[in-house]
Amino acid sequence: MDFDPTDDQRLLVESVSRMLGDTYSFAQRKDYMALPEGYSPAVWAQFAEQGLLGLPFAEEYGGFGGTAQEVMLVMQAFGRVLVLEPFFPTVVLAGTALNIAGSAAQKTAMIPAIAEGSLKMAFAHSERQARYDLSDVITTAKKTAAGWVLDGSKTVVSHGEAADKIIVSARTSGDRYEEDGITLFIVDAGASGVARRGYVSRDDTRAADISLSNVTDVELLGEVGGGMAIIQRVVEAGIAAIAGETVGAMEAMNEMTLEYSKTRVQFGNPIGTYQVVQHRMADMFMMQEQGRSMAMLATMSIDNPDEASRAHDIALAKVGIGQAGRYVSQSAVQMHGGIGMTEEYAVGHYFRRCMVTERLFGDPAYYLNKLAAEVG
Amino acid sequence: MDLRFTPEELAFREEVRIFIRENLPADTRDRMKLGHPPRKEDTVRWQRILNAKGWAAMSWPKEWGGPGWSAIQKMIFLEENLMAPAPELLSFNITMLGPVLIQFGTEEQKKRFLPRAANLDDWWCQGFSEPGAGSDLASLKTAAKRDGDHYVVNGQKIWTSTAHNADWCFVLVRTDPNARKRQEGISFLLIDMKTPGITVRPIISIDGGHHLNEVFFDDVRVPVSMRIYEENKGWDVAKFLLGNERTGIARLGKSRERVNTAVSMAKDVNFGGKPLIEDQIFRQRVAQLQVDMKALEITQYRVVSASDKAKGAGKPDPLSSVLKVKGTELLQATSELAVDVSGPMATPIWAQELAEMNEPDDLMEAGSAGTGSYLMLRAASIYGGTNEIQKNILTKAVLGL
Repeated sequence: MDFDPTDDQRLLVESVSRMLGDTYSFAQRKDYMALPEGYSPAVWAQFAEQGLLGLPFAEEYGGFGGTAQEVMLVMQAFGRVLVLEPFFPTVVLAGTALNIAGSAAQKTAMIPAIAEGSLKMAFAHSERQARYDLSDVITTAKKTAAGWVLDGSKTVVSHGEAADKIIVSARTSGDRYEEDGITLFIVDAGASGVARRGYVSRDDTRAADISLSNVTDVELLGEVGGGMAIIQRVVEAGIAAIAGETVGAMEAMNEMTLEYSKTRVQFGNPIGTYQVVQHRMADMFMMQEQGRSMAMLATMSIDNPDEASRAHDIALAKVGIGQAGRYVSQSAVQMHGGIGMTEEYAVGHYFRRCMVTERLFGDPAYYLNKLAAEVG
Repeated sequence: MDLRFTPEELAFREEVRIFIRENLPADTRDRMKLGHPPRKEDTVRWQRILNAKGWAAMSWPKEWGGPGWSAIQKMIFLEENLMAPAPELLSFNITMLGPVLIQFGTEEQKKRFLPRAANLDDWWCQGFSEPGAGSDLASLKTAAKRDGDHYVVNGQKIWTSTAHNADWCFVLVRTDPNARKRQEGISFLLIDMKTPGITVRPIISIDGGHHLNEVFFDDVRVPVSMRIYEENKGWDVAKFLLGNERTGIARLGKSRERVNTAVSMAKDVNFGGKPLIEDQIFRQRVAQLQVDMKALEITQYRVVSASDKAKGAGKPDPLSSVLKVKGTELLQATSELAVDVSGPMATPIWAQELAEMNEPDDLMEAGSAGTGSYLMLRAASIYGGTNEIQKNILTKAVLGL
């Protein structure tokens, strides 16, 4: 067992933090939010320059050759400043799908483009009726003489509007919840029959509803009927990544709260001198550290070849990090008092991001239920 | 970063597990499985078995009989020992006094006391708290006045666990009532419990058991050679000791054992016409505890792996306060779960009834003993620095306030 980052990992974190220090003050972030894309294309280009967009890809495809650990550390740094760019859907979600299921030709066509910043991707799986149920897919893909035809709709697709290519899950056989009949496709965002309606999510990031009507310009990703296993791995990688991000967000909130407690004077003293405030902050620190342990668990589990034990650890981690993020973010607003309620102050934005990440791919109640089924 | 155990660590766990399975006396294990605390003879017998194997002086250097384990190995041993369930090593001897003697003792003190502490030939207890000095330990008043080559000790200690079993007591006394700071007038003495002038009075705790005592010192003469470290420097020794006490403080194996017991009992008790184990609320409660235990397990390994790297050179890790708070919260929550599973069987004491039975009734006995364990574990967030004090420590060490 070893919990320390390697020297290379430390250097990576330092350089990412330095770049974010220059580009991601809270005021700068507000400017990015106001851009048509809802994020900064210039910062995106810097991510590419630094090699971040190639982080989890093999060097033969122009990648950085990193592992889930580097992704976690970078996401942690992103979480500290609430990065808006489509790193998560492009590099983590679509990247994982390509890594584990892409053909050599697909990898050659897409990974170098992702790494250099010219290709953004989205992972369109969730459907409105499905809530958190991964196998609940009613979007269809029918095989015709001319090829595959996709029909259906996807909802709350992270950065669905910015994406150039979209990975779409669709049912190729079986009934609504059947796991075996799900297949993944890569769809060109500009393909005929693809309609996107973008919107701003509560966490200031962009998402979209995507409808597919008689879409034929698609290519298969992985095996027909083999989509579920890939989706599972994508979701697990996603959970590990947002766990890392949540750790970064908790660190930032705890630092903000501590700083505020030293400067905010009430009853003649900084509020940080009052034990009731101190103990709340100690609780927030403890939750942050328990959450960090869970992020490590998720990250170091996603390569575990034993599927059941991997899913078990991921479920434990998702519950733990979700609850930690909820506690710390709610407390951070409370400790700030009125100012924490305002749009102009940063802490509320962290609170909202935690509220969103807690729900990504299933909330604590959903995973507790899964864990409960295994008891005995 | 690597969260996996090394093959050596896995092999070590297996070795420990097999040794405990093959050597833990069956009567001890059976009683403890039902939730009873170990009896004095259980603890003594088991520690001697471990000492013969070279494992009792777990955290001591090799020259004083330690096994030379890494911090991770110690954690593995403690977990396996608690999950067996087997009696814990007597912490007064192994994690408190031993390291103090090794760090501060004279050669003569080490030679005289260490081997006997490892083998539990001497049962030690801790004389720190006083009626007026609990969390505020430095306000202690028990006085030691120099008289030739002796100290004369007068005063009172309280909450002295196992003093009624003890042969010796390590005691904090005030040797300089006029010191500039309260912490500067304290010394650390080793006192033979058979010395004239010592009175031990039992305090019966809310579980009905006798673990705690008051200890009165009335003109007790203690040779100056029984002082550890310098006169008036006892606070340094106490701080060192309390820092060491953190190792294994989470007692996670005990929480796991309580959950395992509760889950296995839940298969046999009725809940609305079905076994309780099938109840969704019960299952979710277990699942939540598993989440919290997993987070603590990893935090614990983070702490011990950092201490392995620091090779004992670092200051106590403030994360160990997290272990104390979260670990004791879990001990309380898991023992509560076991009691809730027992339902109405948790309420009678049944001491006499159980003693008179010819056939054992595990459900009845586990109900009674599990409640005893639950009641006594309320102390977990009080001893070793209350959880509120731990938050004060975090406030200072981590937040810098």
